[in-house]
Amino acid sequence: MADLLARAGDVGLASGPVLWQYSRALLANRLFTAGAAMVIFLAVLALVAPVLSRAGWLRDPMQQEAAGLDEDGIPRPAGGAYRLGTDNLGRDVLARAVHGTRISLTIGTAAMVMATVIGVLIGLLAGFYGGKVDLALMRFTEMNMTIPAILLAVAFAGLMDGRVLHLAPEAWHWRWLDVELKRGMFSLFVIIGLVCWPGMVRVIRAQVLVLKEREFVQAARVLGASDARLLLRHLLPNILPTVIVLAAMSTANTILLEAGLGYLGIGVPPPTPTWGSMIFDGQLLFTVAPHIVVAPGVAIVLTVLAFNLMGQGLQEVLDPKQKK
Amino acid sequence: MLTRFLTRLGWSVVTMFGTSLLVFILLNAVPGDVARIVAGPKASPAVLKQVRARYHLDEPWWRRLGYYYAGLAHGDVGHSFVTDQPVAQAILTRLPTTAALATVAVVMWMAVAVPLGVSTARYRGSIFDRGTLVVATLTLSLPAFWLARMLQYWLAYKLRWFPVAGFRSFVDLLLPAATLAILAIGYYARLIHANMVEVLQSPYVTAARAKGVSEMGVLFRHGLRNALIPVVTILGMDVAGLLGGVIFTENVFALPGIGTLAVQSVFNLDVPVIMGTVLFSALIVVGANLVVDVLYQWIDPRIKERV
Repeated sequence: MADLLARAGDVGLASGPVLWQYSRALLANRLFTAGAAMVIFLAVLALVAPVLSRAGWLRDPMQQEAAGLDEDGIPRPAGGAYRLGTDNLGRDVLARAVHGTRISLTIGTAAMVMATVIGVLIGLLAGFYGGKVDLALMRFTEMNMTIPAILLAVAFAGLMDGRVLHLAPEAWHWRWLDVELKRGMFSLFVIIGLVCWPGMVRVIRAQVLVLKEREFVQAARVLGASDARLLLRHLLPNILPTVIVLAAMSTANTILLEAGLGYLGIGVPPPTPTWGSMIFDGQLLFTVAPHIVVAPGVAIVLTVLAFNLMGQGLQEVLDPKQKK
Repeated sequence: MLTRFLTRLGWSVVTMFGTSLLVFILLNAVPGDVARIVAGPKASPAVLKQVRARYHLDEPWWRRLGYYYAGLAHGDVGHSFVTDQPVAQAILTRLPTTAALATVAVVMWMAVAVPLGVSTARYRGSIFDRGTLVVATLTLSLPAFWLARMLQYWLAYKLRWFPVAGFRSFVDLLLPAATLAILAIGYYARLIHANMVEVLQSPYVTAARAKGVSEMGVLFRHGLRNALIPVVTILGMDVAGLLGGVIFTENVFALPGIGTLAVQSVFNLDVPVIMGTVLFSALIVVGANLVVDVLYQWIDPRIKERV
């Protein structure tokens, strides 16, 4: 805690409980407030999207409307009855873009949590135990870093073809351990989570290497604290600022990856509206109806930008010495 | 120096071995009738049996692991389920396109990022500097496939400044490379900026200034040369990210490269090709890291003392 206080002092704050100091510093940071405001807005939008549709403020994102296509079967342009136009099946682009927030944020956040848990766990263990454990874990991380995340995700997604994977031996008849390999929200966030963690490991490990030599850790060790206690009560709380920064920044990545997989046609299957698949669907009519592709793209950029800004703001406040 | 290189080379081999094992597990963890995928749903039992024998599907996994590594040792990654072309051949015929695209992209973004990083470090805190930071964050948030589509629509289709798609000559590479460059310029400009700021505060820069070295000399001879050292490492590690971006840009601009091959193989559920591209990109990344490691000693002789 002394360490945190000292750091809070670095950013120009003198007194009050640590959390209060951090919140004040964060609220004073323009990058963070701008990013956080955008994230909150998007989260609220994701929550109320079905309500808006039911109340009639927003059209039904799944409804293929007859009036949505003109006599030649060309989607309606932006403006008019459909504020952002319609897509290739006559569905309202605005409604689909708003509902797409739900998929993007859900998968992005869930994948971020998964990646963070894996990354922090490996980084903590590698840094704390050192020696052979460190060597093995870091080699494993390096192997994962050699494959571009999107390509690995594509390879995983390529395996999702509806087959059933038996985790328990056939003879046991443990059907509850069967996993059906199909594309959906669950498999997507697992895939993205599985490919997004390697970047975090080195940063966490480097911090643990420094921290574990500090007096308070040594003191706890001398007092007979177990490894688990040292890791959870002494090391983890002290790397928390870094973890928060990494988590915010990796959400930007997981959202981009989800959109990318959707764009390649291997994301959440249709007709669920996702930004990536909207762009994928809109490509065929790109020359006559570019608005189908523009709207979800702007949505992706704004969302990713929001998390990037939040991450940078958090970094300036929580982790001023850490260089990216 | 030689021992260091050999140790690094040894670790690279270990890493590649691990990655290929990972790929093998991915290929084999999923039970499913591969023979049916290859031969099609209406194949007769005799054909299925033939296919199983050919791909060693009727043998235990440890023997298949043996065949797999024996194949890899000969540069054989298997055959495409769809075209029956050797995967290695499919990748090598597409390599020149991807390599050319990546090279043009890196040249483009460094040509912009270096002056930008140096000047924002020189005029640190100015409106120009803060503005660059905002624009850089924005470019970090752009999805490659969307940016590619937008540039293609406005610059190629509407304004007709560039060819829309396909690969006939060098000119066709400009817009796809520009897409990749735009995505990277912001990040590299900030990286060079951060390193320049640090270097410009160092004693040898003060000494150079005191000696009366011109501002340009200070910035480029003394500053940039040292600031670029960490950038080279990041560039080497970034090859993985670059390959990721290539997948989308090639796809949008219909360039016959490795990215297009990877995407096609996913649509066709062509597992050997998917895994082949994964293995190949891993090889490139490991190779790039090794090269950077060796180059490093030449760029920064101080490293030698530490070893």
